[in-house]
Amino acid sequence: MKPFEYIRAEGIDEAGTAAAGGATLIAGGTNLLDLMKLQVAAPGTLVDIGHVPGLGDIEETAEGLRIGALVTNSALAADPRVRKGWPVLSRAILSGASGQIRNRATTAGNLLQRTRCPYFQDPASPCNKREPGSGCPAKGGVSRMTAILGTSENCIAAHPSDMAVAMTLLEAEAEIRAAAGTVRHLPLGDLYRVPGDQPDEETTLQPGEIITAVHVPHVPAGSVQAYRKVRDRASYAFALVSVAGIVRMEEGRMAEARLAFGGVGTKPWHDAEADALLTGRRPSEALFGEAAQLVLAGARTEEGNAFKVPLLSRTMKAVLRELTGAAPASPGTDRTEAYA
Amino acid sequence: MTVNFRMDAPQPRLLDQTGQGVIHKPLDRPEGPLKVSGRATYAAETHLPGMAHGVLVTASIARGHVEAIDDSAAHELEGYLGCWNGERFLRNPAQGMAGAAPVQPGDRVDFRGQPIAVVVAETFETARDAARRLRILYSEEDAVTDPAEAEFETKEDADAARAVAEALETAAHRIDATYTTASHAAAAMEPHASIAEWNGDQLTLRSALQMLRFNALELADAMGLERGQVRILSPYVGGGFGSKLGLGPEAVAASMAARDLGRPVRVAMTRQQVFETVLRRSETVQRLRLAADSGGRLTALAHDNRQFQLLGEGFAEPVPQASRFLYAGAARSYRQDLGRMHRTPSGSVRAPGEAVGQLAMEAAMDELADAVGLDPVELRLRNIPDAHPGTGTRFSAHGLEACLIDGAARFGWDRRAGPRARQEGDWLIGMGMAGAARPNMLVPSEARVTLAGDRATVETDMTDIGTGSYAILSQIAAEMLGLPAENVTARLGDTDLPGASGSGGSFGAGSSGSSVFLAAKDLRGQIAALMGAAEDGLTLKDGLARAGNVEKRLADLIAEPIAATAKIEKGEMAKETHQSGYGAHFCEVAVHALTGEIRVRRFEGTFAAGRILNEKTARSQCIGGIVWGIGAALTEELVHDARTGQPVTRDLASYHVPAHADVPQIGVTFLQERDDAANPIQAKGVGELGISGAGAAVLNAVANATGVRLRDYPATPDRVIAALAAAGL
Ligand SMILES: Cc1cc2nc3c(=O)[nH]c(=O)nc-3n(C[C@H](O)[C@H](O)[C@H](O)COP(=O)(O)OP(=O)(O)OC[C@H]3O[C@@H](n4cnc5c(N)ncnc54)[C@H](O)[C@@H]3O)c2cc1C
Ligand code: SF4
Repeated sequence: MKPFEYIRAEGIDEAGTAAAGGATLIAGGTNLLDLMKLQVAAPGTLVDIGHVPGLGDIEETAEGLRIGALVTNSALAADPRVRKGWPVLSRAILSGASGQIRNRATTAGNLLQRTRCPYFQDPASPCNKREPGSGCPAKGGVSRMTAILGTSENCIAAHPSDMAVAMTLLEAEAEIRAAAGTVRHLPLGDLYRVPGDQPDEETTLQPGEIITAVHVPHVPAGSVQAYRKVRDRASYAFALVSVAGIVRMEEGRMAEARLAFGGVGTKPWHDAEADALLTGRRPSEALFGEAAQLVLAGARTEEGNAFKVPLLSRTMKAVLRELTGAAPASPGTDRTEAYA
Repeated sequence: MTVNFRMDAPQPRLLDQTGQGVIHKPLDRPEGPLKVSGRATYAAETHLPGMAHGVLVTASIARGHVEAIDDSAAHELEGYLGCWNGERFLRNPAQGMAGAAPVQPGDRVDFRGQPIAVVVAETFETARDAARRLRILYSEEDAVTDPAEAEFETKEDADAARAVAEALETAAHRIDATYTTASHAAAAMEPHASIAEWNGDQLTLRSALQMLRFNALELADAMGLERGQVRILSPYVGGGFGSKLGLGPEAVAASMAARDLGRPVRVAMTRQQVFETVLRRSETVQRLRLAADSGGRLTALAHDNRQFQLLGEGFAEPVPQASRFLYAGAARSYRQDLGRMHRTPSGSVRAPGEAVGQLAMEAAMDELADAVGLDPVELRLRNIPDAHPGTGTRFSAHGLEACLIDGAARFGWDRRAGPRARQEGDWLIGMGMAGAARPNMLVPSEARVTLAGDRATVETDMTDIGTGSYAILSQIAAEMLGLPAENVTARLGDTDLPGASGSGGSFGAGSSGSSVFLAAKDLRGQIAALMGAAEDGLTLKDGLARAGNVEKRLADLIAEPIAATAKIEKGEMAKETHQSGYGAHFCEVAVHALTGEIRVRRFEGTFAAGRILNEKTARSQCIGGIVWGIGAALTEELVHDARTGQPVTRDLASYHVPAHADVPQIGVTFLQERDDAANPIQAKGVGELGISGAGAAVLNAVANATGVRLRDYPATPDRVIAALAAAGL
């Protein structure tokens, strides 16, 4: 591990100034410290925002919830208001990492966690994201955990966050503070960049900007929500694919329907056309299949991740069956929820 | 004087006559409180004055030579002490029971991840930074890193193969199926670590090792020392599972640096290095051919395997080990194709042979049951041989039939329905079973037991790798000497103590336990003499010695400490009998019809493994073994990039051992058994028995749930949906 300076910020101004000067923010450290130990990240200065006041609360607003950047994943998932009004968010968070990690992990840190691409995590491998221009061994290599949507020639890394998928579904916005003190709101869809020819640039955050909160709007009354994560073991593994969904039924039709996807995109994935296709229609296997085809129309696959096309399509079906009442959630079998 | 004992004939069941009642009891581990409170010092945890810290550097090419190592950038770091490599460096850990240094390749690189140097500094962090600053100049050579390009060395008995082929032609029922199993890592919790400390020309190594008697020879050989110059301490080991059988590269790296620096050096592998460097289990391709008559009786069996190894390593996974004797059938053949590849070499990982061999064999038996139209339990019952089907050797205590019957009843096997008959929502429910066997062995082992008043000490260089050696060795001595277990202290893991079998091959408890038994038995003789009585007239219980109508407190009787040393080795019984533990696995799974997720909902195992020395630690071994089986069936896969040979699942986040949510409540039942041929304590190994076949029971249940047979382990969701889709589901 490379020696580094450590600043413990007492206020948001101090943190912003340090970040503008090139310091790397550290919150829970559950992702950044791992990367530092591997020397994938080697920041010269760390600014610890863990003690900055005012970033740790969940507040009710007229539009919904304001979730402070430092709210831990555990606290957010357990919050009674979240569990009642935004259960998909609780479920998504609880399907990620482990209890210990979630106790440390923060809301902003979770949104900005780096990819789990194994070549990215191994400094002995080339990787365009880590060392621009060095190549992408995931292509033609072990690509099981990589994306099939939003990829480029230069990078096919998947965004790993579960929480971000639920927040994308919920049309959440990041509250971002620039070093100068100005604040802007940004839909999550615009926070993340697809890799294109600059896979090292993952977000649209500017130097010195800090995420101070995430705003989650209310959901339509009477809707049902679900988060389904399919992975290589029942808990404590990243998604092969995940589907977050919210549906409101009216007289046998999906009056409102919205889906978001994890494990398949270079960023938390949303497909407005698929939502539009489903909305107003009667649920049927054929319709679900059509929606899946729409979502997957732009999929580019590798040998190692081609399974994600049928897996996402089947998982969409499973989720839509549950959301529309065609299949009961079978208690006692899906132990992921009970034990996550 | 040492008691030397050869296991030439069945021995009286003395442990059934002693009356202390501690043997077999589910007693807690005596060292448990130390472990759970962080006071048990593992290999890397001793802080010696002046200790420096080393970090291994591993090769980033698969084959070639290290031409030069430029450490000028490391020299800029304060606290950098230097970089070592050279002739003594180990390419990889020694294979189990090698007793000599493994390959020392000099500047040659044979696989990606091979340790090529150690960088040492005042702190661990500086060493890690320095290691990343090295500039290593390689000359690279073409390597075989893709299994598809490997060349194979074939072993096959042509006559046996011909006999099987003939039997297959005329058989009423035939199975010919190919199964694949993934490469596995032992994935012990404690990474491999060593601290080397020199005192003149005496080397003391604190390390995480399983077989100290062999490891001391390996260390001496690697360093060019006499055996008497080395001492190894390994009192606590945080899991081994075979990966710590042989001395590792970090031990020699630490020893080299410590000698030159004149101060102790600690080298601990990073988690990633453990996955790159430590011997793994090879991936296998297994072809099973079974022939049976109309009643389901096997007439022929061929269990062929393909696996991989690095050049220069002699080990090959004994894939068909249990298939050789578990079921009947006159014609039998076992072909092995060993492919040479420039990848991390393979070696013993818990239950080498059975852990993967039974995944295929027990699945093929299930397929045969379907073909014959027999219940899978009944098929196995019909095929239990009377004697070893290959050699004709008689079996010692043989519990397979009893395990099958007990397990089936306990599990409720009679409620199993036909394929695809049960559904709950989108989940398909099924039941599966498998048989289990793991041969029993006796390995030379020596121990000393000392009795001072009413307190005894057991001393042997046996290791406790989390298995419960401290507990059972104390219990055996306590039972024999009529003492409460807490009056006995076991001192283990130090090569200055009498040399034990070590922990491996499930032979540790039977072998080292017998040496303790024999030493304690000798002490019983000495106590009888002090009492002026014959040994068989002596009763020892609760610290009292009784002979005829004389009763004395041991605390009074044993004024001066008395000691006995005993050594056991195998004898005629190993030739006259074939010895094995047996078992039966039963489980219920749910398979999601759309997503292909599999959840094991219930698991029951019944085992017969001779005398159970501690019902709690033995149960934990079997539960752990079943968890390994679930892992092999569903989650565990060490993945390499075929282009470079680089392992890409190098941490516990990406190498998926089962998580709690993957493991249901597991029931374990032991049958009452004594194996008189095994050893004087009538116990057989349990450490690896639980794995054998367990994973096959899971996939057999998946076949019952879905009506679709998966032959590639692990059955991850992508494979499950592909199989479902192929069947139109
Ligand atoms: C073994 C393991 C398994 C995991 N499994 C899952 C999983 O299944 N699903 C899942 O979703 N996640 C998983 N995670 C990831 C985990 O959720 C993240 O590590 C965690 O959420 C990161 O939060 P943190 O506060 O610790 O972030 P840090 O490590 O502190 O920071 C992460 C990044 O965010 C930046 N950052 C932090 N706060 C701010 C801010 N306020 N403004 C701007 N930038 C900021 C940091 O500079 C850094 O680049 C896993 C992690 C581990 C180690
Ligand atoms: S997919 Fe992206 S992160 Fe992975 S190796 Fe390629 S460039 Fe690097």
